[in-house]
Amino acid sequence: MAENWVEVCAANEIEQEDVIRFDHADRTFAVYRSEDDRYFATDGYCTHERFHLADGFVMGSTIECPKHNGRFDYTTGKAKKAPVCVDLKTYPVKVENGKVYLRAEA
Amino acid sequence: MSRNMVIIGAGQAGARAALELREQGWKGGISLIGREAHPPYERPPLSKDAMVGEAAASPAAIISKASAAELGIELATNTSAMRIDPSGHRVLLQDGRELGYERLLLATGASSRRLLIGGKEPAGLLYLRTYPDALLIRDRLSAGSRIVIVGAGFTGLELAASARQRGCEVVVLEAGPRILMRGVSAEIAADVYALHRAQGVAFELGVGIKAIEPIEPAAMGIGRRHLVKLADGRTIECDAVIAGIGAVPDTSLAESAGLEIENGIRASHTLATSDADIFAAGDCCSFPHPLYGGRRIRLESWRNAEDQGAHAAAAMLGGKEPYAAVPWFWSDQYDRTLQVSGLSDAGATTVARIAEDGVNRLFFGLDEGGRLVSASGIGAANIAKDIKAAELMIQRRLVPDPALLARPGIKLKSLLLPASEEKGA
Ligand SMILES: Cc1cc2nc3c(=O)[nH]c(=O)nc-3n(C[C@H](O)[C@H](O)[C@H](O)COP(=O)(O)OP(=O)(O)OC[C@H]3O[C@@H](n4cnc5c(N)ncnc54)[C@H](O)[C@@H]3O)c2cc1C
Ligand code: FES
Repeated sequence: MAENWVEVCAANEIEQEDVIRFDHADRTFAVYRSEDDRYFATDGYCTHERFHLADGFVMGSTIECPKHNGRFDYTTGKAKKAPVCVDLKTYPVKVENGKVYLRAEA
Repeated sequence: MSRNMVIIGAGQAGARAALELREQGWKGGISLIGREAHPPYERPPLSKDAMVGEAAASPAAIISKASAAELGIELATNTSAMRIDPSGHRVLLQDGRELGYERLLLATGASSRRLLIGGKEPAGLLYLRTYPDALLIRDRLSAGSRIVIVGAGFTGLELAASARQRGCEVVVLEAGPRILMRGVSAEIAADVYALHRAQGVAFELGVGIKAIEPIEPAAMGIGRRHLVKLADGRTIECDAVIAGIGAVPDTSLAESAGLEIENGIRASHTLATSDADIFAAGDCCSFPHPLYGGRRIRLESWRNAEDQGAHAAAAMLGGKEPYAAVPWFWSDQYDRTLQVSGLSDAGATTVARIAEDGVNRLFFGLDEGGRLVSASGIGAANIAKDIKAAELMIQRRLVPDPALLARPGIKLKSLLLPASEEKGA
């Protein structure tokens, strides 16, 4: 499969234990940096209603949705607290030369 | 005694409790009894998206008939519970059936407070609590019509925003001296007022209403043209009057069963009522809050209904944890989000944090000892991050440095570090 990595931002543009929004080719993602400087990416919108997770709160490996406080493990996409019950899609992320890249399969 | 859990009220709290009972491993029967025609659904969209977006064929379900059946939850719609027999552990339903229960949950919610003028309710007013209510109102919000909204609380203001978005002319009448008298700080109320004024909503604050009369008395049905007569002699002609003057907890069933009532069904810190086998959750009950010195409060908020529903389910299965979640709610008006955590009337002093671009505005309430007891914010959707950080501070009883709270450049999350923890708390 082709190496279709897209550049998200500089690695230091995301604060530790935080999340940003990244839009690319009509799609939107949430890109995370953990406390121990690992990077992850999921679909941008919550699986409950259409609210962006980049406005939510990161605690450890958990993202809490800004609307109804549903929770996901952003490292795996697993739904962890009601009202969310559908898992989030996750995407591969890599950091190279101080830049974050993600691979969004079509 | 039957191995059956009965939940009266198939709303937010009742539905969550039913799901949670199964989640926590309850294998016996679960009966979820609801008076409304629809399976449990979300109310928050009723004043917002459901008024402005595409008309939906049905409300947003919390649990569908199919998934209830799959989980072995007996969901009865269109069915009122008529009477509880606490000593016999039985509930009598409208259709004549009797249900035995091991534990019972009352999640009866609240109903729209009726507008009375001189002790009488004017005919033809609209109210908003249910999906059918929302359909009636939606139908009246045609572009160019003039809508009078009585009451500047959250429901009234969200409706005002929706009506403006639909192209209606909107006049909001409020008896109090300002809008949003309950639940938010005066600063936030002033921001919301300015937002609505900028969107063209007219306000009459501190007004009395002398009468509301139908203009064409012969026209049947509710939500028709009315003449609103104000106490100062002015009159307003309008196409519909919507009353949003609060909600009254539904306690009649609990009362007739002899349960203690105090601003709603009186619940303990574990959400048990005065009968140890009957619990209460959501808008219908009051409970003591450990974060506020055991002060008894009743909340009308989505998250409280969810969390109490889940908590009550655990308590029905023998859990003894006190319910201590930080109160939280949100409101959406135009493109602005408002969120409040904690109790805004518990603060002695207020600290403001205004973002440099002026969009996100946060107001913190500190008690006499400097402990953070509330945070209200208005702005863009990402205000949620700061309110969440504040919620954690409130939960941990932190005493943050007011100077740092006020500085938008300082991440609120950084104030969660133990350095600012209250000594000996
Ligand atoms: C228009 C609107 C907008 C809202 N927006 C927001 C918001 O933006 N943010 C927020 O935090 N909160 C909001 N809320 C509040 C939130 O929806 C409520 O707090 C929540 O629904 C309360 O849940 P509940 O289960 O306690 O009560 P309800 O959802 O009211 O459910 C109670 C149910 O019990 C039924 N019932 C009562 N008595 C009986 C009986 N004897 N037998 C059978 N059934 C019975 C009732 O018919 C009802 O269906 C809004 C509410 C409304 C009405
Ligand atoms: S939109 Fe995320 S929990 Fe509801």
